[in-house]
Amino acid sequence: MAGGIERKSINRTHGPDAPHGEFHRVGKRARKVDGIGKATGQAVYADDIQLPGMLHAKTLRSPHPHARIVSIDTSKAEALPGVHGVITGADMPTKYGVIPWTPDENALAVDRVRFVGDEVAAVAAVDEDTANAALRLIEVEYEVLHPYLDPKESLERHDPAIHEGNKKGNISKHVELEFGDVAAALASSAHVIEDDYAFHGTAHAPIEPHCAVAQAGHDGVLTLWSSTQIPHYVHRALAKVLDIEAHRIRVIQPHLGGAFGGKSDPFYFEFCACLLAMRTGRPVKFLLTREETFYTHRGRHPMDMHFKTGCDADGKITAVDSKILIDGGSYSSFGLVTTYYAGQLLCGPCHFPTYRFDSTRVFTNKPPCGPKRGHGSVQPRFALEIQLDRLATKVGLDPIEFRRRNFQGSNVETVNGQTVTSNGFVECLDTIETASGWKDKRGKLPRGRGIGMAGSMYISGTNYAVYPNDMPQAGIVVKLDRSGLAMVYTGTSDIGQGSSSVMATIVAEELGLRMDQVRVVAADTDLTPVDLGAYSSRITLMAGNAAVDASRKLRKQVQEAVGEHLDVPAGRVILADGWAFDAQDGDKRIPSREAFELAESKFETLAAAGSYNTPERGGDYRGGTIGASPAYSFTAHAAEVEVDFETGEIHVEKVWIAHDCGRAISPVQVEGQIEGSTYMGVAEVALEDHAVFDDPAHPEAGLHMRPSLLEYTIPTSVDTPELEAHIIESIDPEGPYGAKEAGEGPLHGSLPAVANAIYDATGVWMTKLPFTPGKVLAALRAHESGTPTGEEA
Amino acid sequence: MVTLRINGREHQLDGLDPEMPLLWALRDHLGLTGTRFGCGKGQCGACTIHVDGKATRACMYPIGSLGERTVTTIEGLASQADQALQDAWVEHQVPQCGYCQAGQIMTAAELLANNPTPDDEAIDTAMSGNLCRCGTYQRIRAAIKTAAIKTAGAKR
Ligand code: FES
Ligand code: FES
Repeated sequence: MAGGIERKSINRTHGPDAPHGEFHRVGKRARKVDGIGKATGQAVYADDIQLPGMLHAKTLRSPHPHARIVSIDTSKAEALPGVHGVITGADMPTKYGVIPWTPDENALAVDRVRFVGDEVAAVAAVDEDTANAALRLIEVEYEVLHPYLDPKESLERHDPAIHEGNKKGNISKHVELEFGDVAAALASSAHVIEDDYAFHGTAHAPIEPHCAVAQAGHDGVLTLWSSTQIPHYVHRALAKVLDIEAHRIRVIQPHLGGAFGGKSDPFYFEFCACLLAMRTGRPVKFLLTREETFYTHRGRHPMDMHFKTGCDADGKITAVDSKILIDGGSYSSFGLVTTYYAGQLLCGPCHFPTYRFDSTRVFTNKPPCGPKRGHGSVQPRFALEIQLDRLATKVGLDPIEFRRRNFQGSNVETVNGQTVTSNGFVECLDTIETASGWKDKRGKLPRGRGIGMAGSMYISGTNYAVYPNDMPQAGIVVKLDRSGLAMVYTGTSDIGQGSSSVMATIVAEELGLRMDQVRVVAADTDLTPVDLGAYSSRITLMAGNAAVDASRKLRKQVQEAVGEHLDVPAGRVILADGWAFDAQDGDKRIPSREAFELAESKFETLAAAGSYNTPERGGDYRGGTIGASPAYSFTAHAAEVEVDFETGEIHVEKVWIAHDCGRAISPVQVEGQIEGSTYMGVAEVALEDHAVFDDPAHPEAGLHMRPSLLEYTIPTSVDTPELEAHIIESIDPEGPYGAKEAGEGPLHGSLPAVANAIYDATGVWMTKLPFTPGKVLAALRAHESGTPTGEEA
Repeated sequence: MVTLRINGREHQLDGLDPEMPLLWALRDHLGLTGTRFGCGKGQCGACTIHVDGKATRACMYPIGSLGERTVTTIEGLASQADQALQDAWVEHQVPQCGYCQAGQIMTAAELLANNPTPDDEAIDTAMSGNLCRCGTYQRIRAAIKTAAIKTAGAKR
């Protein structure tokens, strides 16, 4: 438990500048490196890989939410013509988990199934139909156990425990941290708001279902192509579970058809494809059906949240106190981190002097939850931003003004010991205030129409590497070629967020190349140095810094060689737009190709490695590095909504978003990330609901209620509000050219901004997601009849 | 033996179940992988192709029902208008993950073939069955308009 921490200033004021005075590539509205491939259908995704003699694999799933496996008989399946391999949990008994401290998953169930859909056996056959027929021939005898479908029950009882041998019963992780004296601060507050909030659980639903192809080569190398956003962690997990030396495994991530956090665990189908390929000697493809993706899940955790927030008579926040119950589903996944993030990532952009959180993640017999865009903090952010609006209302302050008054500033330490460097939140507030016409709208729109806002922060990667080590978090190799080409080898996963384009832009900037003179090889463990993966919004900052590092080594060599050739000091040689020239006489110039030849003649083969590791960060307490980031992004959202008093439907008409990404290396992509994040967040308010039948007596207990794209409604173009994205550049000292993240931060405020707008439209505080028409109507009626309900205080 | 007329060529396929959805024939047997699998149930639009010029879901179309009809996939888009559409997609940086985009473009191509200057409403009506999880809808709308203007300009 840490005591109160004083805010102290850190004196760093500037980020890295353009290498040659002005930017030639960074900040320009250039094309993405893979745009054409994706617009012509040529981009290759995992399921596009066809290998000669390839088999197709399917998996048998548990029909019970919780059961002991008494026996499995696969003999009939093995005898079916066309079947080449059948495997069960006994073939891969080693447990794994993406977080090495909580290895509680098996590739296929060993003795126990823990949710409807848990994987029991896998078959490889000549085609999918044969594989499916073989699955039906596998005989499994189950002894049904009590299903835990209510997280509150998991808190209280654990006989039988979902994970036998777990010392904490059915509790997956518990974190309790207090900074300063919260009770005293609340007791002396002029206003305190106390309420319950709920988040219901949602899925990633990328349009590409998960897919993996494995091949056991004659050279003794096992190759896995997989729709993963963490090739390096998959590589490590394969070595462990399959008990193969890691250097004999190659993991390749082809183009990825959307992930959003849903492809950041090592998965059963990856292990199964590999083992079946090794056993049968033939390539094996494992493609999930849409329904299976819903059971594979790892979606956003349902949370029940109790929040207490106080402020003084001037509207200065005095304390935040939360107690959160997290429904983890059946396995740990990233749950340890989720439990921390639910508390650790709230301490900005508003300052509070005291803070306490108590969050508990429990196991239930449901599909496992994991990280979804804005991992861990979207849910508590929803609660906190409604609390802040309610305090503002109590004090009689405009919500934007309330946040300005509580702004933490830049170069400060947060109450939980995290270091905030640049912070453009006030500019974000100013921008949405003006762009949305806030002053003419707030409190002034006709009944049923309202505008609301919210603020938020997010990490640009985390200091907490998933496994402790002293090696770089990001590595990159750049090779220069006599043809005038720069080849970039990076372990980063482009999952649609555009990381390969960002890497290309940085290298082109540093080496003075046009975009067509840079090519990127990404996410292939044989070819590319380790990068930890596309999660926690880490790539632009971490791999971007590594790219600058590598490129600058080469730039120096090229400048030196060209300087000698042009007979000018190396420092006067500018590399830009495919040329190397004298800064003082632009006519003294040679094309990059010749410049590279000169450098190669002088220095021999031109290649350089670059790497990045995080600076010391984080509070001095257990878990203090979880949620610690080199730099934080900040966002403000304003949402305008219309509430239909007849039907209870909510229409989000337009959302204005201002996001401080430090510096926009690729502005069009940053805007795309802001739009995509907000689109996804708004959909979680009323449209999407990842629910399972949770009455243990129900004959379908544990079954997913909406395992298709017809039932699990993701927004169409017509359901999507107009989105207006604004970029704020605070130029962070830690990021490449000052850049921070943009892929996840701009999701957070979407939800509370809508809730706060509903209040402006109706006078009702909605607190329990999803805001279905029925719930909205009930709250409106209760409000009209003057009955206070849970939805209204 | 089924004969499929795809992108201007005839393909004879042996031993395939006439009930097989066209999507699998395209992807697994003809190597035309630009048409994507997203749900297999007609719910996402990732597999959109043209059958006799009409935007159709390949995952719901049994090969046995094709008869003489001609099929165009993303690989077979060739007209000037189609080219303008793909250029506009790149220019507006529509694709994020890109997985839905072949289907989006096929639907948009049909729209522009029938209505060379669609307004927002026409675009929404045509496009609302094609899901994009990266949330690129605004850019799709903009790209369609850009393509429409370019194509109209070229015809004049
Ligand atoms: S795959 Fe055909 S509509 Fe989804
Ligand atoms: S671009 Fe990713 S699903 Fe549309």
